This record gives sequence, C-alpha cells and structure tokens, in this order.
Amino acid sequence: MGTEMTDVEVTTVPQPRREESGREQLTGPEEPWRTSPGDRERLTGWGRTSPTVAEVLRPRTRDEVAEAVAGAGPRGIVARGLGRSYGDPAQNGGGRVLDLTGMDRILDVDLERGLAVVEPGVSLQQLMQAMLPFGYFVPVTPGTRYVTVGGAIACDIHGKSHHADGSFAQHVVSLDLLLADGSVRTLTPESDPELFWATAGGMGLTGVMLQATLRMLPVETSRILVETKRVADLDEAMERMTETDADYRFSVASLDNLATGPSLGRGWVESGNFATRDQLPAKLRGNPLGFSPKPLAKVPDVFPSGLLNRRTIRLMNEANFRRAPKAAHPHLATIGAFFHPLDAIHDWNRVYGGAGFLQYQFVVPFEAAATLRRIVERVAVQGAPSFVTVLKRFGPASPGYLSFPTDGWTLTYDFPTGTPGLSGLLRWMDNQVLEAGGRLYLAKDSRMSPADLEAMYPRLEDFRKVRAEVDPHGVFVSDQSRRLSL
Amino acid sequence: MKDSLGSVQSLLVLGGSSDIALATARKLAQDKTKRIILAARPSERLDAGAELLRGHGADVRTVDFDALDFASHEKVLAPLFEEGDIDVVLLAFGVLGDQATDERDPLAAAKVVQTNYTGAVTASLVCAEALKHQGHGSLVVLSSVAAERGRKDNFIYGSSKAGLDTFAQGLGDALQGTGVHVMVVRPGFVESKMTAGRPKAPMSATPEAVAEGIVEGLRKDAELIWVPAQLRYVFSGLRHLPRPAFRKVVEKQR
Repeated sequence: MGTEMTDVEVTTVPQPRREESGREQLTGPEEPWRTSPGDRERLTGWGRTSPTVAEVLRPRTRDEVAEAVAGAGPRGIVARGLGRSYGDPAQNGGGRVLDLTGMDRILDVDLERGLAVVEPGVSLQQLMQAMLPFGYFVPVTPGTRYVTVGGAIACDIHGKSHHADGSFAQHVVSLDLLLADGSVRTLTPESDPELFWATAGGMGLTGVMLQATLRMLPVETSRILVETKRVADLDEAMERMTETDADYRFSVASLDNLATGPSLGRGWVESGNFATRDQLPAKLRGNPLGFSPKPLAKVPDVFPSGLLNRRTIRLMNEANFRRAPKAAHPHLATIGAFFHPLDAIHDWNRVYGGAGFLQYQFVVPFEAAATLRRIVERVAVQGAPSFVTVLKRFGPASPGYLSFPTDGWTLTYDFPTGTPGLSGLLRWMDNQVLEAGGRLYLAKDSRMSPADLEAMYPRLEDFRKVRAEVDPHGVFVSDQSRRLSL
Repeated sequence: MKDSLGSVQSLLVLGGSSDIALATARKLAQDKTKRIILAARPSERLDAGAELLRGHGADVRTVDFDALDFASHEKVLAPLFEEGDIDVVLLAFGVLGDQATDERDPLAAAKVVQTNYTGAVTASLVCAEALKHQGHGSLVVLSSVAAERGRKDNFIYGSSKAGLDTFAQGLGDALQGTGVHVMVVRPGFVESKMTAGRPKAPMSATPEAVAEGIVEGLRKDAELIWVPAQLRYVFSGLRHLPRPAFRKVVEKQR
C-alpha cells in the first residue's frame, strides 16, 4: 500500500526523530524507552483491583518487541496498551508485560480508500486527531478515546454503533502478528480466518500485534446530531431503541439503576448520526471537521473508598434523569461530549478510592428480555449503586472466537467493589446470564469463573486449538488467562 | 489469581490439620478456592479434613510436611508452586507445648521453639521466594496474642510466636514492591484441639472466627489482624502497662 501514498498524507504522520546517538527519539511520554532489563512494576486494570508485579518493557520497534518475546521466561509475556481494560488481561504477575504505548506511529494513510496503517500503540484519540481533518473517524469507538488499536482488536471492542457497524475487528483489513516462535504473519480475515479471528477478541494470547490496517469511517462533520429522550421505565427504553435503532448509527440508553417499582429502568435514550455539513449551523460550517477536545481535568488520588455509594449515586441518577428532556430533543453534540463524556476527567477511576471498582457487562439474546428485567429489578431492589448503567442493542456477532457482542441486549454496570453483598449478587447475575444463553465481556471481566467462561463461549475450544498451534509452549499469558484457565 | 472482589483460587496450608487452618480452608472453598494443598504430617485428621474440603467442591491433595525437618522444606514446598500459581499460603502449624514440663525439660522447650519459630522461618522463606517469583500472592502467618507480652504461664510458646511475629512483619516489609503480601494474624485464646482442657481466657475466639478474620483480611490486604478485633485496643493499653501491674492483670485472669 505504501506506494499509493501521497505527500500530503505523509506530512500528517508523526515521524521519529533521529538523534546523534542514532537512537530514535520519539516525542511523547517522558519515561526512557528501554527493553532490557525492564522495570518491575505493580500493574492493575482500570478498576484498580488485583495488582500483580511484572517486568515492564517498553519497546519502540518490531525488533525490540521480538527481542522481548524471545527473552520471555517461564512466566511468559503479554502486551499492554493504555490499561483501560477493567480487570487483569493486561497484566502478567511474575512475567513480562510489553507496554506498547511507545509504538504509536501512524505509518500510512490512504485517503481515497479510507485506510490507515498504524502501530498497535496508536490510540483512538491520536487517530481521530490525525484523520478527522481529512473526513475520517475511527470505525468504532468505545466510551473512551484512550484505548490503543492493539487493545481494541484484542478485545474486539464495540460502541454505540454496534447494531449498525459491528465490532472493531470487523473493520480491520489486515494485521501483522508476531508469534511465539518469533515469526511475523500478516493476517487478513480472508487469508487466515482462523488465526485472524482467534486474535481479534483473543485478549492478546495469540501473539503481539505489530501493525494493523483499519478501514476508517468517512464523515462530513465532527458533530453528531443527537436526539435525547427521557424514558419512564425499562419497557419504554427497550421499545424506543427497538423502534428507532434502524434510523440511527449510534444509540444507547442510560438507566437510573436504583429506581424501583413503576420507575424501574427509567432513564434516557440517546440516538444519533454524524451530522451532514448542511445540518451544521452557519458558524460551524467553516470548520466542519474541527476536533479539539477540552483539556483534561485531573483527579488527585485522594478520594476515600465509599464516596460513591447508594446515597450519592441516587442523587446523581435523579439529577441526570430530570435533566433529560421529556420529548425527543435534537441537538448537536461534539465527539467528546457524545462518545467520551468521562474522558474529560483524567483518571476518573480514582473517584472510587483505593478499594477500586469493577464493571459488569453482559449480553443476553433478545428473547431473554425477561432475564434482563429480572436483573435490573434485583440490582435496584438490592440497592447496589452503579455509577454508569448503560443499555444497548447489539447487532450480529463477529466471527471472533472470543468476541463478546452478539445479537441481544447488553447491559453494563459499574459497581464499587466495597458494595455490601456484591459477590453474591454478581454470582446470581452470572447464573441468570448463563441460563439465558448470554455471556460476559472479557475486557470488563475481573471475577468470572473458569467454568462459566466455558459455558458462555461455545467456541472457546476452537480458540484453544488455534492458540495451541501458534503458541504450543504458552509464551503469551496474562493474569486473566491464568485466572480463567484460558 | 485473586479476583477483583478479593476471592482466591488456590491455597497452600502448612499445618493442614490445625483447626484454624481447616476452618479457613473451608470458608475459602465455599467461596472460590477450588485448588487446595494441605501440607502436614500424615494423620487421620488430615485425611478427614481433605475429605471435608472435597465435599465443598475443592480439588484437594495432601503433602507430607514436617515443620521440624527444616532441611526438607525447600524440597517439599518449592515444587508445589510449579504446578500452578498459589494465591494464598497459610502458615498455621505450631505447638503450644506444656509450659510447666517444658521448663524442666529444656530439649522439649527447644522443640516448641524450633517448630513454631525455626520451622516457620524456613518454610516462610521458601514460600516467600516462590510467591515473589509469581509476582502476586499472600502469606498468612499465624501469630498469637501471646507474642505481645511475656507472661509466666506461656513464655516459651509466647516467645516463639514473638519471634515469628517480628520475622513476619519484617518479611512483609522486605516484600514491598514484589506483589507479595504478608498478613500477621494475632488471635486471642482459641478453643481448639491445641488448647483442649485449658481454662478459657477472656476474649477468646473460635477457629471459625479466626477463619472469618483471615478471609476478610485477605480481601482487604490487611497486614495485621487481631481476632477478636477488639484485642487490638486492649493490647494497645496492656502493652504499656508496667510489669508489676501487668503481672496483677495476669493473676486476676487465672
């Protein structure tokens, strides 16, 4: 593809600067880049639970990645990006962790076909900043821009557009994967479907991604025309989404998870599409693709555990519910405000205090709406406070062996880990989800049981077969893969 | 691996036939601990304990372990970690001895000290090294309130626990930054097979209560727990009592 690039595009690509020493120097994080010996660091996921200590290496080149993998000891190695998975998939106690955020170069772009060739440490934020001026948005965005492309593929992430666009890996044209034996394979879904779809959603356990070619989403503007509508209960939320999803690329419902009785599942539904140029007010038309997310507010690490509790969350839920307009109300929103409200606050996970929190996301088939209702009811009655409670309709599954999204309703809670009775509640939820033929999301998981995983992911055996072929000695391991006997 | 709610998957018990150890293992097995290794001298009690834990769905094996055979600790314990990560090591072996007879039989006293202290030191060091290699895990060390102040009716046992208690505190500090957590447990008088036939002391605890404290402490990564918890405050006073006054308190208790 490289020969098809034009000069204009190349100038948008940050290039490594060569210093006199001959070592490449990248602008970016201040830590010194090094491969060996790594620093022993205590790592957790975004939920700040279950820390383990590993040797962290920060490669900047393919060779350095290969060297780190070749030198992995008996405790193995796993790649890590921006650490936004909630649990333990990007940590490897006693072994090596490859922090790939230094491999953050956009290598090539093809504006005609809307393709971007990137290193795995490129974040969605970076990709938006580079590509929006040319009229391209990332193919899929989750609730934060601060995830890397490597992580997005390894977790086969989804966003508010899943019903329309599917999951992230479905927009990956090809990827280069470094295998345990040191060889590099270029995978496409056509040429190598098994390894490709074991890698997409494979939680980093098949190898280390070295680069990926993504199909970007063409957009006319950087604004989203959103309709927000208050819904009185769960039925109305589900009804509205079922009826209107076909008309909107993006849709999601936020619920007041503590409301009970006739208000059970009350909340608001947001549905939107990227605005066309004509839909912008005159003053925005001059710069329709502007993207300048506000500077981040920082959160100091001083919050006591338990600040977010039943009482405070009830107040926030009430305020948010009242703020949502009763009748559908169309308005223009920025990318940041619509997709990534929490990104405005850096380290928002600190608000939960030292005890940390966990996210619980499941999907159940559309036929199992009764299960969904039972869960919403039990959580509300038990009064387990959830800072963010999000309901969404998924579209069809991707072929990923361990990909999470599949036709049905997905609901996400995030609970402070100190919530009384949480363990029992979640186990009850596990069983409900399992009985309904649903599953839990590995990128959020921090506590599921190996037996439940087997039952929820019928293609786990196929995944294991592919993994055993490319990594017979188990070089790629993570705390999560140990915990779940993946 | 320990999960986000502090539940653990695997447990190694040193002194696997002790009442406190079995009560703790049972509580953990009822939660998510499905791999349990009981290391102890072979006994019917041990086998019965293993059977009981299997009844809770755990995969249990027993390993022949002798606290007094220091030289064997490395050989017996280190390979256990090769079979899979161990999330919690519970060091629960110990003997109370008989203060009166042991005072007249220095070699018997030495045996108490060697079991409770020397054996615990070698076993702890072997396990700590293995946990460090994993980059995670907890070492739970059973100390005693008897470690807090010497008294005439249990100072051989008490001094051995005092040594172990200090050792474990320092070990915990030395392991900072390695991912390994050391928790010292100071129970009060525990009604168990070890103390059978002895007069109950005030603020005594059951093995189940100690087990409960340990499981809770593991969830919070506590470094020191007392069972019952009020003992912490009682001893923050008793610790500073002048010796004559402390002797009177002890006399009154009898």
